[in-house]
Amino acid sequence: MSALVIVAHGSHLNPDSSTPTYDHADTIRAVGAFDEVRTGFWKEEPSFREVLRTVDSDEVYVVPLFVSEGYFTEQVIPRELRLREWDPEAWESDGTSATDVTLTAEDTGQTIHYCGPVGTHDSMTDVIVRRAESVTGDPDVGDGFGLCVVGHGTKRNENSAKAIEYHARRVEEMDRFDEVRALFMDEDPEIDDVTDYFEAEDVVVVPLFIADGFHTQEDIPEDMGLTDDYRTGWETPATVDGHRIWYAGAVGTEPLMADVVLERAADAGADVGNAVETVRERTRQTGSPAD
Amino acid sequence: MTAERVDALVATASDGIDFDGLRVEATDDGYAFETPDADHAGLDEAALRDVAAGSDYVSNWYVWHAVVPQKPDRWAFLRWLEGADVGADVDGSDVVARYDALTEGVTTEWGQLSITARLDDDEGGRRRYEVRHVDDVGRDGLDRYDDPLEARDLATHDERGRYRPLKAAPSLRTGWQFAALDPTALVEVVEAFYPASVPNWYREREGELDVTHWRETMGRQTGMYGVVKTWDRGEGYEHVNWVAEATCDDSQCLKRREWQYDDETDLDVDGGDGQFPCREPCSVVVSGARKWTKLESEQPRTYEFELTPSEKEQLEEVIDAVADGRTDEIREADVSDGANRFRARFLRAKLFDDEGNLAGTPTDRET
Repeated sequence: MSALVIVAHGSHLNPDSSTPTYDHADTIRAVGAFDEVRTGFWKEEPSFREVLRTVDSDEVYVVPLFVSEGYFTEQVIPRELRLREWDPEAWESDGTSATDVTLTAEDTGQTIHYCGPVGTHDSMTDVIVRRAESVTGDPDVGDGFGLCVVGHGTKRNENSAKAIEYHARRVEEMDRFDEVRALFMDEDPEIDDVTDYFEAEDVVVVPLFIADGFHTQEDIPEDMGLTDDYRTGWETPATVDGHRIWYAGAVGTEPLMADVVLERAADAGADVGNAVETVRERTRQTGSPAD
Repeated sequence: MTAERVDALVATASDGIDFDGLRVEATDDGYAFETPDADHAGLDEAALRDVAAGSDYVSNWYVWHAVVPQKPDRWAFLRWLEGADVGADVDGSDVVARYDALTEGVTTEWGQLSITARLDDDEGGRRRYEVRHVDDVGRDGLDRYDDPLEARDLATHDERGRYRPLKAAPSLRTGWQFAALDPTALVEVVEAFYPASVPNWYREREGELDVTHWRETMGRQTGMYGVVKTWDRGEGYEHVNWVAEATCDDSQCLKRREWQYDDETDLDVDGGDGQFPCREPCSVVVSGARKWTKLESEQPRTYEFELTPSEKEQLEEVIDAVADGRTDEIREADVSDGANRFRARFLRAKLFDDEGNLAGTPTDRET
């Protein structure tokens, strides 16, 4: 028997914080790739400390629904899950390359395949593109469009920006959008000046955040000038300085994120059968690009 | 299901069965089959099948070994729900008496859940569970749910649409019903409303609950929560009593607080009467502790105010009303209540200056 446990931040204040976690868990549960699919949270229940004891299986794949490697993936989650002999070095990561490490949970004796965060997985790039498709309603979007990946960014952790830049570079290599940029809330280059960075009239802006909250629904829309007051909402697309800004909301709410979670577990050795293909198909909202 | 369970009994008989009053053995003289109501020996397989077919003891054995979840905590919880657990009274552990009770329905409370176990008439011995809010017992017209995942949504907001960050807060909304859950789905529903309550309850029953006390939990915090360590200064634990009284009282959380200040020092505040334990300060307590660590680092000042006796009492009433979550119950024009909005507005109009200072006295933040 094997189980998937998705661990995420959650919130004391915002019920939408855990919604993507539940949604992706439900998608994966529905394809039957694991005997059990459970969720655990830093700020909600079951807590990281107690989630493993709600799992029957002895073999558990733990996938962090976080954007980047850092404080949560390296310190908080392993500590709270009581992963014996955890050492961040075990991931041998350059900041975006963590895959998985197999450890024992002190608390329950289960074998834990502790995976890198979803945000740095290669297939996250596909989710960013899928997000651009869903916000424009165009499965072939790219030609004549700029794409902007927005991250929080923080001077305290260089990995935070690395993940954003990594995916921006990968989207650029697809040669699908006219221009691709990585911009940030809390460091340069800043999202406030988004229109300065693009020639293209149409720009899709995809925030690399797990859940919608005050950053994605209040700060970023106001910073970009989509609206003066987030409470009054904004148009999609909204016109700013002669550009049409297609603002997507947190990429973590894109249904295809379930695929990244699955792939993380599959990379760590989980036998998920053809679940990856099934999830990729089921989560498509704009029709196939080949249509 | 009769054929299935009789086949299973025959297949297992050679290993011997001894469960809830049912004893089956394979001997050199044939099968022995014994229950409190029957005693057969020397049965051939056909005869064993005959006596087993109509036996509640056999259906009971089958249900507990082939139908319900086998994870020890879930299994024990389901047994407990119908009074079949070890240590229950004799009536409860007797299969015939238990089946009589289950035909009527056996109801247990778990937090704010009322769970009724019943026998499913069409499925010979299979259990079905009905779950509703304890305040909805006896009420008709509830919204019916079948998918355990929907319990997650029901648990998210209280009656007035406010988010419930603490799942064990006594603020579960009413008006819903899961009418006929199988054992696996029942456990899912219970765990959606009260996450990890079943495994922790089970560990406690087995004498294996791993309680982590305040000192250890606060000592483990890092990052923005690392500051909470500094609140414990080796000068007693009164501050932790205040935290427990503020956040862990039964009026705020239905878990029974088992954590204390440390291994050797119990808090003076009651842990509550909940059915399932709280084994460690939760994230709401840790967040509160972070705030209080900062607030409690301030030194007291002496302020001078002039208040009438009734004004002093009114301030106390306002704090009580907010702390007890009573403000919404105070009637619009009930000016006899000190926490009435008009009374509070009058006090503000009279006592606050334009900057919002009580009695015109500025806050002294100079050190």
